[in-house]
Formats: sequence, structure tokens, C-alpha cells
Amino acid sequence: MVNPQIEGKTYPRTASYLVGREKIREFSKAVFSTDIANLELDGAKALGYQDLIAPPTFAVVIQERSLTTVLADKEAAIDFSRVVHGDQRFIHERPIVAGDELTSQLKVASVKSLAGNSMVTFETQIFDAADELVCTAISTLVVRGEA
Amino acid sequence: MNLTVGQELPTREFKLTRDSLVRYAGASGDFNPIHYRDDFAKAVGLPGVLAHGMLTMGLAVQSVVDFVGDSGKILDYQVRFTKPVLVDAEAGALVSVSAKVIEVDEEAKTARIDLTAVCAELTVLGKAQVRVAI
Repeated sequence: MVNPQIEGKTYPRTASYLVGREKIREFSKAVFSTDIANLELDGAKALGYQDLIAPPTFAVVIQERSLTTVLADKEAAIDFSRVVHGDQRFIHERPIVAGDELTSQLKVASVKSLAGNSMVTFETQIFDAADELVCTAISTLVVRGEA
Repeated sequence: MNLTVGQELPTREFKLTRDSLVRYAGASGDFNPIHYRDDFAKAVGLPGVLAHGMLTMGLAVQSVVDFVGDSGKILDYQVRFTKPVLVDAEAGALVSVSAKVIEVDEEAKTARIDLTAVCAELTVLGKAQVRVAI
């Protein structure tokens, strides 16, 4: 079972992640995007962006970097082999743009027990180089109890 | 943009193959072997290789992105993962996504569009809500 004591715990900021233009293209194709704002520089600029913007779920890549630190935290005691993704949300203050240097900070919003399983909700705030909030990613993982 | 409550967006179909899963694994960095290895998936008690939930989430919103014409207009997007998408090695899987306008807030210049994603007659996303700038 997940340690309920980690509720409210905040993890250190992750190292900066530089969002690359080709990474955006690669991710966009993987999620079947045909949006020119994700794929074509001229198209993105015509829409008023400085560079390609990332698809709405790209922030998961940044969230993942914070989640990795939690999964490695012995105090949290999360057995990754028993983890199922329960739900996910992205609240965007602005789109992620190629060239952004992003860091993230994760907080354990809640730890609940339900029918022998644990449900852990993480809130990850993603900031740009100017320390402005870009996106809040909220993720609930279900950790199946030992049968 | 003119959106009206009850309006339905064009339904989109996405054909997923094992190649799609490997592509998403590389693009996202999620290399959990349940998404590409049958033997591993079976060993952990799954019926077979599954699509990444985040791949299903990522493609489902494309119907809305296409409609509003700019992915930067997606302000808030949430889903619950209700059923896994099983991707057969030969046949792949077909995910069908429909979308409907639930709410239009003229003052805030936003609208809420709900998605329904179905694969093999099962609803694979629950509470799939998108808030867009209009």
C-alpha cells in the first residue's frame, strides 16, 4: 500500500527540459495530430505563435519527469508494477512552445484507499524559464493492492 | 467561432497498430513493455498488449483540435481511463471518437465539449471533457 503520510508532500523541482521543435513534430505525429500549429512553422506563426506549439497532452512528458522522482522515493512506497493510470487532466495557461525551458514541481494532492487499492493524486505545476505557470497537470494513479 | 449547445462534431476514427504504440512509446518516453510485448502483458495478467492511456487521450482530442483549427485553443482537457484499448498484433484496434458541445459561455469566450471514445463497443474514456477558447 502507498504510504498515506506522503499526502501533501512536495517534491523538488525537476531539471530544466528544453522543448525541441522536432520533438513536438514527433509527438504530434504519434498522437495523430494534423494541426499545422504543431507541424508547420509558417502555419504556427500565422496563428500568432513564435514557433511550433505542442499538442494539448504533450505536458505528460514533463509530468513524467516529476513522477519518476516520486516512484523512486522509498518513503512513498509505490510499486510501479501495480500502477494503473486512473485519470489525467491538463489545465493550460498557454500552449507549450518550441524553445520553452520547462521545470516542474509535483505535490501529492491526496492518497486514498478504496477496496484494497490506493489512489494517489498528483498535481504537477509546469513553469517556464521566467517562472510563469504554463500548465497544471493532475494525474491519479491507482495502485492495485496485493491480492 | 460559432458553437451551439448540442452541436455534434464530425466523428473521427483512428486505426491503431502495434507500430502506433511503438511510435508513441518513443515520442513520449513511456517504454512500459505492456504496450509492445505480448509475453510481458500476459505475465502481468493482461489479456494482451494495450495502447498507452495517454495515446488514447492524445488522439481523442484531435477531433476537437481539427474543428477549432488550433491546438492552442484547448484550455483544459481531462479524461478518466475506464477500459483498456487492446491492440491485436495483426488486426490492430479501431478507436472511434465523437464529440458534442455541452456548454457555451459567451462571456468567458469558452465552450465545453465532451468526447466519447469507443473501441470494440466499449467506452474507453470516461468524463472526457475539453474546454476550448472560442
